[in-house]
Amino acid sequence: MEIQQISVFLENNAGRLGEVTKALAGAGVNLRAISIADTADFGILRLIVNDQEKALAALGGAGFTTRVTSVAAVEIEDKPGSLAEVMELFRKSKVNIEYLYASLEGTAGKAVVIFKLEDHDKGLKLIKENGLSMIESF
Amino acid sequence: MIFNPEYECMGAAARKQLQLARLKNLAETLYEKVPFYRNKMDELGVKSRDIHTLADIAKLPFTTKDDLRDNYPHGLLACPKDRVVEVHMSSGTTGKPVVDEYSSGDINIWREAMARTLAGGGCTRDDIVQNCYGYGLFTGGPGAHYGAMTIGAEVLPMSSGNTARQLMVMQDFNSTMLTCTPSYALYMAEEAEEAGIDLKKLPLCKGCFGAEPWSENMRREIESRYGMKAYDIYGLTEIIGPGVSFECEAQNGLHINEDLFYPEIIDPETGKVLPSGEKGELVFTTLTKEGTPLIRYRTRDITYFMDEPCSCGRTTIRMHRLFGRTDDMLIIRGVNVFPSQIEHALFEIEGTEPQYLIVVDRGATHLDEVELHVEVKKDLFSDETRGLEALREKIQNVMRSKLQIAVRVKLVEPKTIERSIGKAKRVIDNRKI
Repeated sequence: MEIQQISVFLENNAGRLGEVTKALAGAGVNLRAISIADTADFGILRLIVNDQEKALAALGGAGFTTRVTSVAAVEIEDKPGSLAEVMELFRKSKVNIEYLYASLEGTAGKAVVIFKLEDHDKGLKLIKENGLSMIESF
Repeated sequence: MIFNPEYECMGAAARKQLQLARLKNLAETLYEKVPFYRNKMDELGVKSRDIHTLADIAKLPFTTKDDLRDNYPHGLLACPKDRVVEVHMSSGTTGKPVVDEYSSGDINIWREAMARTLAGGGCTRDDIVQNCYGYGLFTGGPGAHYGAMTIGAEVLPMSSGNTARQLMVMQDFNSTMLTCTPSYALYMAEEAEEAGIDLKKLPLCKGCFGAEPWSENMRREIESRYGMKAYDIYGLTEIIGPGVSFECEAQNGLHINEDLFYPEIIDPETGKVLPSGEKGELVFTTLTKEGTPLIRYRTRDITYFMDEPCSCGRTTIRMHRLFGRTDDMLIIRGVNVFPSQIEHALFEIEGTEPQYLIVVDRGATHLDEVELHVEVKKDLFSDETRGLEALREKIQNVMRSKLQIAVRVKLVEPKTIERSIGKAKRVIDNRKI
């Protein structure tokens, strides 16, 4: 099982982001992680949700352009240095990270970080081999 | 199929003789019946008896769009008012509308001209023509309707809009030919794709598209999406409506119905007649009209004549598909740019829809700035900003090399650029000059 992320193309127009959240709210979709990458002209909203099919249907219906990408969701200790350890692991094995963001998920004392890796399969293998805890579904 | 070989395949000498006789007659009628033309001809000191050859047409005055507006609504009528049977007019978005008043003779000319036009696109009495040009004061709908009926084809008078119904009728009534603006044809194709309709499987196999300039690439796009042959047709309300010129199966220039509408190409700056093959402003004289005939009407459309023989057998002179309009032409930092050039360049870039909007502004630097809004296709949407930035960069580079001007590209969400069911609006010029 892998975590699938939904990306949404957004023009930099007032209210456009609100329309995404409204569409998802209307479909009863719960957000598990959210992040936005922006340039002067447009943004890419990245989402992880509890019901992907419902979310894609709602976004498509509202006229948004979407794309689905595989990402790795790694659960780490919520304490100083734990993210650094994971990063060091990726660095040593030359797994490039394209971007990362934090999830809203997490039990007490834990944090979940979403990684988009350049070489997804190699990264997953590395995560498993090193006994890191991976979230397989939200 | 050639609708009227007698006139469309006429020998050059016979046609010239016919045109000259008609021109003399026209100049005489207009001098007698229309004060506007009498005054203009008196100012120039020219009478109909001064016309000895076709080249003498250059002695006659031009007619401009402003002249038509100044004479709104009936000032240019050349026949008794009670002989008018139908009226059409332009949308009048930039001022008073331009009016064409038709006598029953004019309607017959129009029927003939449009029958030749649709026949050029392969229409026969066996065809079912789905006519999605607007019906009403606009000439497109009625023009195509008259032409199809004159041929004896079956007409579905859809008018424009209500795309879901268009697609339903297209499937259920086995339309074989489509008539509409090229931008509406593409819009319908998009909607069909969305609805899961495979247009290529329908009997629809040809279409005549006009009322706005379009590019060769847009033709290819329409042809491949529909699996049809797409023909360019040209006309304007002032002259008759559609039916002035049309493409034949060679798809290489538009045959002008020159026994009815005498064409010239002039230098838009000096008004001088240009030799065949040189690009300039297209001018028409209506040789046979009775209601509102015009002498040397300046269309503001830019093209050139192609006078080498055509493989189809018609001997009428051809005009190259339009390059744009003298008044559509944007002058950006001194460089002439036509929206059609931008459209053409855009088609060469994979992943962009042929939907665009050009916004021109004069920024804080007082230099012209062009922003080109381009829709991103769903399959080209990248999850990373750098993928989209690369696409943006690519479009900017293509525009710079093709147009010699810097264009700022803004990627916009699919389907956010307004689709038109009539003439597409491609340019917003915010410069205050």
